[in-house]
Amino acid sequence: MRTKTLCLSLITFLLFASSSQSALATQGSHLRKKADVLGAGATFPAPLYKRWLKQFAQRSPGFTLDYDAVGSGEGTRRFLADQVDFGASDAALSDEQMAQVQRGVQLIPATAGIIVLAYNIPDLEGQLRLSREVYTDIFLGKIRYWNDPRIQMINPSLTLPAMSIVTVTRSDSSGTTWAFTNHLNAITALWHEAGYGVQKKVDWPGFSMAANYNEGVATKISHSWGTIGYMEYGVAKKAGLRMAALENRAGRYITPQDSSGTITLSNNAKALPSNLRLFLPDPAGPDSYPITTYSWLLLYKHYAEPLQAGRVKQFVRWGLTEGQKVSAEYGYAPLPQQIIKASLRALDGVR
Amino acid sequence: MAHPTTTLPQEAASLSQPPSKMDIIFNKSFRSLTYAFTWAMVLLLAAIVIKIGIKAIPAIERHGLAFLTTTTWDVNSQHFGILPEIWGTLYSSLLALILGGFFGITIAIFLTQDFLPHRVEVVLKSIIELLAAIPSVVYGLWGIFVLIPLIRPLADFLHTHLGWLPWFSTSLSGPGMFPAALVLSIMILPTIAAISQDAFRAIPHKTKEAAFGMGTTRWEAILKVMLPAASGGIFGALVLGLGRALGETMALAMLVGNSNQISLSVFAPANTLASLLALNFPEAAEYEVSVLMYAACILLLITLLVNIAGTAIIAMTGSGAKK
Repeated sequence: MRTKTLCLSLITFLLFASSSQSALATQGSHLRKKADVLGAGATFPAPLYKRWLKQFAQRSPGFTLDYDAVGSGEGTRRFLADQVDFGASDAALSDEQMAQVQRGVQLIPATAGIIVLAYNIPDLEGQLRLSREVYTDIFLGKIRYWNDPRIQMINPSLTLPAMSIVTVTRSDSSGTTWAFTNHLNAITALWHEAGYGVQKKVDWPGFSMAANYNEGVATKISHSWGTIGYMEYGVAKKAGLRMAALENRAGRYITPQDSSGTITLSNNAKALPSNLRLFLPDPAGPDSYPITTYSWLLLYKHYAEPLQAGRVKQFVRWGLTEGQKVSAEYGYAPLPQQIIKASLRALDGVR
Repeated sequence: MAHPTTTLPQEAASLSQPPSKMDIIFNKSFRSLTYAFTWAMVLLLAAIVIKIGIKAIPAIERHGLAFLTTTTWDVNSQHFGILPEIWGTLYSSLLALILGGFFGITIAIFLTQDFLPHRVEVVLKSIIELLAAIPSVVYGLWGIFVLIPLIRPLADFLHTHLGWLPWFSTSLSGPGMFPAALVLSIMILPTIAAISQDAFRAIPHKTKEAAFGMGTTRWEAILKVMLPAASGGIFGALVLGLGRALGETMALAMLVGNSNQISLSVFAPANTLASLLALNFPEAAEYEVSVLMYAACILLLITLLVNIAGTAIIAMTGSGAKK
């Protein structure tokens, strides 16, 4: 009797276990079949890439494309694990990561954007200005109230409330976080001294609320008071958030605008290296916006099938030429001509 | 009429017949089926605990008990600690228990001590139990869009006038401990109210009659006789409520602010174990999964301890609903 019941229960248990495993297996194979060409990665340029896919599909190229906006960290992982046809990352790839891919990697700067500090201080009239030290200390949790004398000093005309500052940050591994910390790391030693580096995910000090993706950060800011957070310009603009004017390298306060990105990129286009990996942690130029970043598409240098290589190249070429025309609509910076030329030249090397 | 009388002896014989082979097989298989399902439940629980435990082993080996006492959660340097989350889980659950417990018990008194006609009692009881059917995510949304704007004036008032108290030392930005605990208290309210009502109803009617016979007022009878008599059951209700509060995920992930900080201030954002798990699982790398499993083990352990403590206290007081 007892053994019989035990047998029965064991069978039940095994049934459970096996069914869950097979479910996982089918999910894995499903991943590759979703579209002929599959990409995954950064959420920062995702709205633009989705638009590209849609518009590109209307030209009926004869194959289907799909892009999963899963964040730069996960996108890089999938690209390195050979699960996608192209990846996308705001942090490009490190030399070690590039060495991991045997068939070679070609980075293509596909678009660029600026990262803004959006805030929600109710009833605050006028434009908030933040100096480099001040916004670093806000994100380090050292400045805790909006009416802190250091903020008041650079904003003499504003009446700042005695409200706690809550920063809103990313909970997921993010290229936006990477670009922002890359900037903080470049402008001040305080960031490094506090024990932080250039990271896709940060254990933020102070009262910091974590949210998923750029949109999650924007939503959290829009319904919480006294908050400030970093995000892509287009997302902040779409959410109707106020954005702070930030002090650039030349000591001028730059209010983020549609043209800020392209101006900054043009000011620094000469510095583009041959592998097309140019970071601008602290761009030069009197009218440059301080936090500007490229977003890269990650391609393999060699594809197993020439057909697949042709498809990927066809899409990327279209994105670099036609696709640039719509980027401003989404708050991204259209790439300057010099950069596009260099990218197209690099694309020719992909086979 | 004559017909049945002739068949009567036969029927009587069939009544006392030994069970047929079919009966025996049916009985035995039904019996083994009930055994099997009961044990399958136990095995399922064991399987879950073992699976989580095995996955947590790398993290347990590496971090040991320091995991419980440190405050960083840094994937880059692989330093993990969940003290803020343990604090947030206990703090939010305790606040919710105080609020939800108070309202739950008062509701139970109101609905069982003849304040209302019986029919109205039944309707109110069902309405309160309907609260339990609202999905957690709806509570979360309601908290963000209705509750937070509603409590902002109160929070601002408390912060401006009583800001020197550590509990009100920050201003309410939006998501934070207070709105989270408030929503949590509403979520555990039906559990507490329903079980407390059962505890009150289980008291023999004579107890109350005897109290009135002694010349007590209604107030005295409820407070000094009925409440102590039902205390065992009420305590059980509170423990179940606490257990629910400890594990609640979705509404808290939306409302608590997900901030890796320890603060006494009820207006500051915080984090709980369950929302830590929910937020970090989607893209955790292999080792981080192990760390999250360790955190899940701790949550299981806390819930287990709460339940054991609750059962022990009920057993010790041994009064109320059990009699």
